[in-house]
Amino acid sequence: MGNSSPARLFFALVAGGFFGAGLFISGMTDTAKVQGWLDVFGAWDPTLAFVMGGAMIPMALAWLFARGKTRAALGTPLPPQPGTQIDRKLVIGSVLFGIGWGLAGLCPGPSIASLSYGGAGLYVFVAAMLTGMFVAPALRRRLDKPVPAE
Amino acid sequence: MPIDWIWGLIGGLLIGTGGAVYLLVNGRIMGASGIIGALVDGSAGDSKWERIAFLAGVILLPVLLLPLYGGAVDTHITDNIPVLVAAGLLVGIGTRLANGCTSGHGVCGMSRLSLRGFVATCCYILAGGVGVVIFRHLLGVI
Repeated sequence: MGNSSPARLFFALVAGGFFGAGLFISGMTDTAKVQGWLDVFGAWDPTLAFVMGGAMIPMALAWLFARGKTRAALGTPLPPQPGTQIDRKLVIGSVLFGIGWGLAGLCPGPSIASLSYGGAGLYVFVAAMLTGMFVAPALRRRLDKPVPAE
Repeated sequence: MPIDWIWGLIGGLLIGTGGAVYLLVNGRIMGASGIIGALVDGSAGDSKWERIAFLAGVILLPVLLLPLYGGAVDTHITDNIPVLVAAGLLVGIGTRLANGCTSGHGVCGMSRLSLRGFVATCCYILAGGVGVVIFRHLLGVI
């Protein structure tokens, strides 16, 4: 059982449901709204900032509630303190992600949330994204190697 | 369009509630790229079904809500196949190198004042903004 107990699966489904409902209701599966937010030289759309700000309120409260506790309600250890290492993988990866995000107006969450209504173009995006995720570990290992000395 | 902001805020609160449940009940950080990516690269281990259950919820709720929106939502997604392929590869590779995306580094990371979350979020927003300027206003491909 462990990580596949009925309670774990149920609450994962519930958490995913909130996430999917929020992405849908907020309009974040609309690529035009995401690109509109990134496009500061066009018709700027502030919606994404409200989504991000709104999402951080319950999440910040959850982190505060978790402070001092070691285990979640179902017994799993809570995540450790976040790392502080700013490395090439974090910066290069985030820049590559940002370019792709701007190009299509899609990030991983909304691409999954809109699977039922996103159409054929979305399947192309998701297939490419899954391919990228499949090859990423090999690239990650290359970036883990130390930079050769000059 | 003030109504869009309100729905953005309501949707955001729901997203954060999902993250709070996943953290406080399941003990996991709600990062979409990590939840999906570990299933793809085989690193999910015995948390596989928990991830699949989460993603099932992400897909299912919009299906249930869609009738309230007349059964269809226009996502304005481009029909330019090379752009979709390039964007998908960049998002897939980038989020897995950086170990997070808008939900993991953005929502979950910044709300616990994670330095990595702030750095990642600055990088992807800047790169996305510059990308839109270049690809839309200079090159005209999107």
